[in-house]
Amino acid sequence: MNSGNRPLSPHIQVYRWQWTMLLSITHRATGIALAAGSLLLVCWLLAVASGPDAFAAVHGFVGSWFGRLLLFGWTWALLYHLFNGIRHLFWDAGIGFELPAARASGYAVVAASVAATLAVWIAGYMSAGALG
Amino acid sequence: MAEFTLPANSKVKDGKKWPAAAGAKRAKAFRIYRWNPDDGANPHVDTYTIDLDDCGPMVLDALIKLKNEVDATLTFRRSCREGVCGSCAMNIDGTNTLACTKYISDIGGDVKIYPLPHMPVVKDLVPDLTTAYAQLSAIEPWLKTTSPAPDRERLQEPEERRRLDGLYECILCFCCTTSCPSYWWNGDRYLGPAILLQAYRWIADSRDEETGDRLDQLEDPFRLYRCHTIMNCTKTCPKGLNPAKAIAEIKKLMVARQ
Repeated sequence: MNSGNRPLSPHIQVYRWQWTMLLSITHRATGIALAAGSLLLVCWLLAVASGPDAFAAVHGFVGSWFGRLLLFGWTWALLYHLFNGIRHLFWDAGIGFELPAARASGYAVVAASVAATLAVWIAGYMSAGALG
Repeated sequence: MAEFTLPANSKVKDGKKWPAAAGAKRAKAFRIYRWNPDDGANPHVDTYTIDLDDCGPMVLDALIKLKNEVDATLTFRRSCREGVCGSCAMNIDGTNTLACTKYISDIGGDVKIYPLPHMPVVKDLVPDLTTAYAQLSAIEPWLKTTSPAPDRERLQEPEERRRLDGLYECILCFCCTTSCPSYWWNGDRYLGPAILLQAYRWIADSRDEETGDRLDQLEDPFRLYRCHTIMNCTKTCPKGLNPAKAIAEIKKLMVARQ
């Protein structure tokens, strides 16, 4: 029997997206995004250390609409990764593996991360006096 | 390393269309993956339209009807037709399940049927399970003891026996293993949910005396720890078992013994 030329059956091309795999890949993607975001944080700190001109340049970018959009995204990435990380800690303890519990905790993580992101930004703008 | 696209010889083309019989009142299209090892061509998807008024309720009923009445070359595994043998595991409507226990009426639109994902194909819907079976033998799925054999059976308390509930029922259909993205990308070294659930079935058995050895065999960055608790396994298990939880129990034992 010739087994050398066997095709590989389709996988990600045909598998219907499940909430299980979606939440999992989002956890990994937010982790990667946070690693990239920490580079910007380092640039920001280096700029503070190198003097007012360098800081003004980096701060100008961070404060622009695009910079703020990135920061907003990273805020959500951080909070999603944090809350889903707590979900993983429960799993590590063997808790929450029944499908209804796992689905509820997953949706709770999404809802909590969105709500907390909005709360952080509203609080930030309020403390800066930008909102009434 | 993860390969997200199919190799050139595996890309799926459009195939033949087989119309419904004349006068069909409840026509339903079945889009089925085909690959013939003898013609040298790429895999393709054939579309068969059948009359549901003249067919049993399960996806397996439709496959058997097609093979008997329309296209005898259609190839798939089946045996018990009642969800206890695991032979007819395949990807139906985007998730892995048993064709014999999946209602056609639960599927909206065309019924898309592929072999279990990310496996070498022997023919049509028949995947090559050689690697998966080799992985099963690697975990030595039998009772191992060091103490002298007693004069009668090795006994268990009812409580100890209950720990095997949710484990012994596995029929090794590999729906879970082939639903797992980690197994797709690292199936050569990661054991996958079905085999790890089997491994835990023997670890959890109060009569087995080689628990430490079994854990030693699993203490490996790939064999066990490629599980990232994605939970596709538990989501898709046609028997309602929980491989993700079994794997978590193994990980807990790893930590506990340190």
